[in-house]
Order: sequence, then structure tokens, then C-alpha cells
Amino acid sequence: MDHTLPLLVAIPLGVGFLMPLLEKLREPEWLIDLLATLAGVVVLGLSLGLVGVEQAAYWMGGWDATKGVLGIELRCDGLTRLMLVTIGMVALVAIVFSLRYMRRYTAKGFYFCLFFLMVAGMNGAVLAGDLFNFYVFLEVAAISSYALVAFGCESEELEASFKYLVLGGLASTFVLFGIGILYNLTGTLNMAQIRAAMPKLTDPQSPNLALYVAAGFFVMGLGLKAAMVPFHAWLPDAHPSAPAPISAMLSGVLIKALGVYALARMFFSVLGPSTEYATVLMTLGALSMLGGVLLAVGQWDFKRLLAYHSISQMGYVVLALGIGAAVLARGGSKAVAGLALFGGLFHLFNHAAFKSLLFLCSGATEYATGTRQLKELGGLAHKMPVTSGCCRVASLSIAGVPPFNGFWSKLIIIVAAVQAGYPWLAALATLVAFLTLVSFVKVQRYVIAGELPSRLAAVREVPASMCVAMVALAVVCLGVGLLAPFLMAPHVGFLDQAADAVLRGVEGTAAVALGGVSP
Amino acid sequence: MIPFFLSIVLLAVGVYAIACKRNLIKVVIGVMIADYAVNLFLILMGYRTGAGGAPIRTAAADTAEKFAAASVDPLPQALILTSIVIGLGMTALMAALAIRLHEKYGTFDVAEMKKLQG
Amino acid sequence: MRGMTLIVKTVTSLVSAFILLYGIYVVLYGHLSPGGGFPGGVILACCLILMVLAFGKKFVDDIVSERAPYLWDCVGALAFLGVALVGYYGGSFFYNFLVSPESHQGAAAAVAGNYRLFSSGIILPCNIAIGIKVAACLVGVFAVLSVFRPEPRSEDPTR
Repeated sequence: MDHTLPLLVAIPLGVGFLMPLLEKLREPEWLIDLLATLAGVVVLGLSLGLVGVEQAAYWMGGWDATKGVLGIELRCDGLTRLMLVTIGMVALVAIVFSLRYMRRYTAKGFYFCLFFLMVAGMNGAVLAGDLFNFYVFLEVAAISSYALVAFGCESEELEASFKYLVLGGLASTFVLFGIGILYNLTGTLNMAQIRAAMPKLTDPQSPNLALYVAAGFFVMGLGLKAAMVPFHAWLPDAHPSAPAPISAMLSGVLIKALGVYALARMFFSVLGPSTEYATVLMTLGALSMLGGVLLAVGQWDFKRLLAYHSISQMGYVVLALGIGAAVLARGGSKAVAGLALFGGLFHLFNHAAFKSLLFLCSGATEYATGTRQLKELGGLAHKMPVTSGCCRVASLSIAGVPPFNGFWSKLIIIVAAVQAGYPWLAALATLVAFLTLVSFVKVQRYVIAGELPSRLAAVREVPASMCVAMVALAVVCLGVGLLAPFLMAPHVGFLDQAADAVLRGVEGTAAVALGGVSP
Repeated sequence: MIPFFLSIVLLAVGVYAIACKRNLIKVVIGVMIADYAVNLFLILMGYRTGAGGAPIRTAAADTAEKFAAASVDPLPQALILTSIVIGLGMTALMAALAIRLHEKYGTFDVAEMKKLQG
Repeated sequence: MRGMTLIVKTVTSLVSAFILLYGIYVVLYGHLSPGGGFPGGVILACCLILMVLAFGKKFVDDIVSERAPYLWDCVGALAFLGVALVGYYGGSFFYNFLVSPESHQGAAAAVAGNYRLFSSGIILPCNIAIGIKVAACLVGVFAVLSVFRPEPRSEDPTR
């Protein structure tokens, strides 16, 4: 029993519902700012406090399903912890950035209300130990994000939000259908108990077809949420339309918590890795990786370009998960599978840092210059030194230039692909890394370097709080990159534990659910 | 087995409306049909032949065993209630967005909303 | 939104109090009979929506301010969270600090007191909080979508 687990959901939820009260009672703005920042710090602090805990389970209301009949479980293992820290980090940075940025919009209280509901939903979704609560929290986060995308109430934003809402709603429907089928097959909703019932259903002599229907629904639903390539149509509209801190949250953590994390949890911890699932994951990953970057190269809208790169970079993560699943399914070396999963999860964390930073930089340039068309920008290096510096760090990170963090995670994924016997996928990953570099050279060339257009002569650096937020993420990008050789030493970092948790899938969750805290 | 397939057919009807209809309101209705297809599926799942009572604990069925022998599976009903609430929230948001879009463009036709193409 | 005919107004004024009462009953007895916070809250909200439809926007503007749904919505949610947090203080999140879960299992369940209003511990306060939240939320959604909006520029002649 770790008693901080429910607080990770309860605090953002409580703060979220306090915000409209403050707004409607016309409390001063600094109170809203202060409360939001404090809540962000507390959530990040609680997440970091979990780093030392090996594994934990929490039964709501004292109803323990291992002792009684049923119960609702919150569970924390290495993978959950990685996601919690990532969410906490990006959320805090986005809050600090919002303090000034959101003054351009009205109703900051409502903005923070939706923001914290989204954080509560994501924290809940990664903590949930049973499928239905996972679905409910997924919807809480998703519905808040639909509203946040439409926050500006301009035509483009409403249109993007509607598209996102329809496809997101369809995705949730698919996920719920899959959950229903799994409940029908196993008679339980608890992930660990479903996993325990799985060997009977996957018997090679008489394979259960309904299970594959359920897996198909999960692939479609969660693939839509993660914006993998055949299902990606909503993302390039939705992510750029939101206010910049929300774009950072959406690209930085939302598609990971609701999409990639859920795919990993479903296919490793619930359904168990098999060759079919691994093939599907690898195909989705490779398609997204290549498709995303090819669509990104031709973009001239700063935020739209970044959104396409999100698809591409998430492709890397899903590809790594697929390689890990493939190696595990054919009974290959656990070290190789572990390396692939480690690379994928490391890239997930790194992507959260540098893509959020890039979206914040694009928000800062838009805040200062009023445009996000690359062709209308230029020469901002002297006018906006902090933003330009951070943008440079993030671009080098996403392009995979050593010693920044993106280099290490991409390197690990490529090495793992070669070791697992997929040299073509490794070559593809290298090609995509090169195309990403090309694309970000273009960003550097048109935004930071080049001639300063005459109409931007009066541009000034953005306010200090926005700079602080950006610098913090830049420090994370560079720091993780420089410390990566130490982080990669076995059994040191919490990253390794995260990969380990996925790798052990079955045993890890079963131990928590059935034997209390002891791993 | 047939009712399960019929609910999947209903889901397909919803998906068809989402994919092929150009009117925003019809798209909203499509999402709702898909949503209710899942609700129907879940409630069908909870039915047990020979034990079709409402899952309410009364004085006549006061132990867990008697309760289980007399009533349908209560869990899917709880799930559906939650799922209906979520569907309500989503429908309200979709309706609000559709009204706002109608204000901006003066039409519900998706084909005339082109600011995001490309 | 100008209100409807005299017949509708008369019937609404007669019926609305009973609908309100029924909504409150469904909220309070949710743990003993079909119903609960959500259906009860919807009935409560329907009562108000019926009044808006029958009497028109002006009548409701006098009894419900624009910010009331927001405030009650948040109060309901915070009350629900508060019940859970009191339980957290007493042992675990959503812990039933009024009735322990053990007393509901096995032979103890046969006690006749189980079917009275105050027999389920925190379920009743939770239902009340949910009822407030749902009622305020639905009224708010209805108001945002219809009442508190600028009137359309040209009146539709078919109405």
C-alpha cells in the first residue's frame, strides 16, 4: 500500500474543480496562478517521491480483491512511474509557461480547470489497475483535451476540435468494445487477473477468435489515440490548433499516456506478447516513423511541422515496443528485448522533453511575432536569444545529434533492431533520423538564422516566466543527454526499471495484485 | 451469439454515418449510435439465461449466493451507467462545437469547412 | 425562448414541484432502490429545463443567475472529493468511515437495518454530491447551449 497513489489523481481533480469557483467568484488572477503552480509542483513532487518505491498497489476504500471478492486497484510499477514523472514534469513546465501566455485569452480559471482535469485523467489512466477505470480516466483526459483544443474558439480551432472529438470518440468506443469482450471472456476487469486467465484463451490447439477481435479493437482504438499512421488524420489539425502550452501537453504526454502507454500495457501486461501483435506494432511503428517525417518535410507552418514529427517520433517508440514483443514472443534473448524496450521508453521520455520544448518555443515565437509561418520568420537569434537557444537545443535533440538526449535513445533503438535481426528496420530508423535532421535544419534556417524581416524589427524577448519554462526543459534535454552513459548502466535509473516492468509484464503485475506490495 | 453480432452491425452503422455523412449533426448522431452499440453490447453481455432478475438486493435474496442465483450480472450495468455519462459529456461538447461552427460558417456541411485542408 | 401557451404554463406550475420531489427521492434512496445520484440529478435538471421551456428565458433569469450552475457544479464535485478524502484520512481513499465494509458481508447482511435510509455509510452523501453535480451540470449545459446566448439575428418565421 503506497498512500500517495490516490493523491496523484485527487489533487489535480480538486484543484481543477476549485478553478471555476475562483474564476466565477472573481478572485484575483495571482491566486489562480499561485494555486496552479503549487499544484503542479506538488504533483511532480509526489511523482518523484515514488521513484524509490519498487512496486505498489492501492485498493480503493479498503476493498482488496486479493482478500475479498472485488475491488478497484491503483497500481504503480516501473512503467507507471516513468509516465507519472514525465506527466508531472511537462505539466509543471506548461503551467509556468501558461501564466503569461494565457493572458491573451479570457477565462484563465476555466483553462486551468480543463488543464488539471486532463492531468488527473492522465495520472489516473497510467495508475489504473483495471481496464474500466483505465477507460474512464482515458475519457476524462480526452474530453478535457477536446475542449482545450477548441479553447480559442476560432474557426480553425473549432474545426480541428470537432474532427479530434469525432475520431477520439470513435476510438473510445472501440476501446470499450475491446474491454467488453475481454470481460466476457475472463469475467474480470482487473489487468493482472485477466493476464492470469490469458494462457487458457491463447491455447494454440483451440485459439479463441473473440480474443483476436478484442485485440483488433484495441489496436484500432489505441492506435487512433496514439495517432499511428493509418489513424493519424486528426493529430496534425488538433495539436497545432491548441494554445502552445496545450500543444506541448498533447504532443508531449497525452498521446503517450493514452496511446503508447496503453498499447504497451495492453500488449505486454494484459494480452501478453505474441508474434501477431508484435508484427502489428512493428508495422504501425515503421509506417508512422516514415509517413510522419515525409509529411513533415514539406510543411511551412511551424506547429504543424512539429505535429507531424510527433507522429514520426512516436513511431520510433512503437517500433521499439514491437521489436521487444517480437523477441519475447519467439523466446529470444531477454537482454535484446530489454534493450529495445529500454530504448523505446527512453525515447518516450526524451520526446516528452524536446517536443514540449519545441512547442513552447513555437508558442513563444508566435507570442512575440504573431505568426507561425516559417517563411515570415527569420533572424530571431539576436532579438530573442533565450527562445532561439532553447529552440536550437530542442532541434538538435530531436534530430539525434550527440550528445543530446535524442541521439542516445535513437542509437539504442537502432542497435536493438540490428541485434534482434531486423537490419532493414534499423536502416529505416537511420533514414528517418536523417530526414528529421534535414527538416530541423530548415527550421533553424528560417526561424533563427537568416535575415530579420523588417516588420519584425520591434520584436522583443518573451516574459521571464516563459523563458524559465523553456530553459528548464532545455536543461533536461542537455542534462539527460550528457548523463546518458551513466543512466544506461544496468539497474541504476528508473528508466531501466520501467523497461524491466514491461519486460516482466506478467510476473510484475501479478506479483503486485496477488501478493500485496512484495515484488 | 446473434445479438452480439447485431450490436457490431449497429457499430458499423455508426461508423458509416461518421465516415460518409457530410452534415455535422448526422456525424454527431453517428457517434451516438456507435456509443449506444457498445452500451447494448455490454448489457447483452451481463444477461444470464435463467437468472434474469434485476440486480437489487432485497430481503428475499439477502446472501451473496441467493443474489447471484437470481439476478443478472450487475457489473456491466454499472459500466453502462458510466459509459452513458461519458457519452452525454461527449455529445454535449459535440453539440456545442457544432453550434459554434454553424455560427462561423453558416452551414452544417463539412465540405464547406476548408480552413484546415493541406 | 419566449415561453409557451397558458395550458403548458399551468400544467408546468402544477407538476414541477412533484418532479422536484421525485428527483430528490431518487437521489436519497439511490442505495436502496433503482436510481442514485445520476438519474436523480437528471430528473432535477429536467424540472428546471421544463420550467425554462414553459415560461421562457426571462422567468428563469430571475431565479437562476448565470454563474449558479458553475458554482454548484464545482461544489458538488468538491463535496464528492471531500467525502473520498475524509475516508483517505481515516484509512484509504473512499473508505466507508461510517460503516465498515466487513459488516456488509456474510450473515450480517441479513440484519433488517440494512434496508433503512441511513444504512450505507458514505453512499448517501456521495449520491447527494453527485445529484447536485449532475443537476447543476445539465442545467449549465442546457443554459450554455440555449438560454445564455445572443438571440439569433433573424427570427425564424416557422417557429
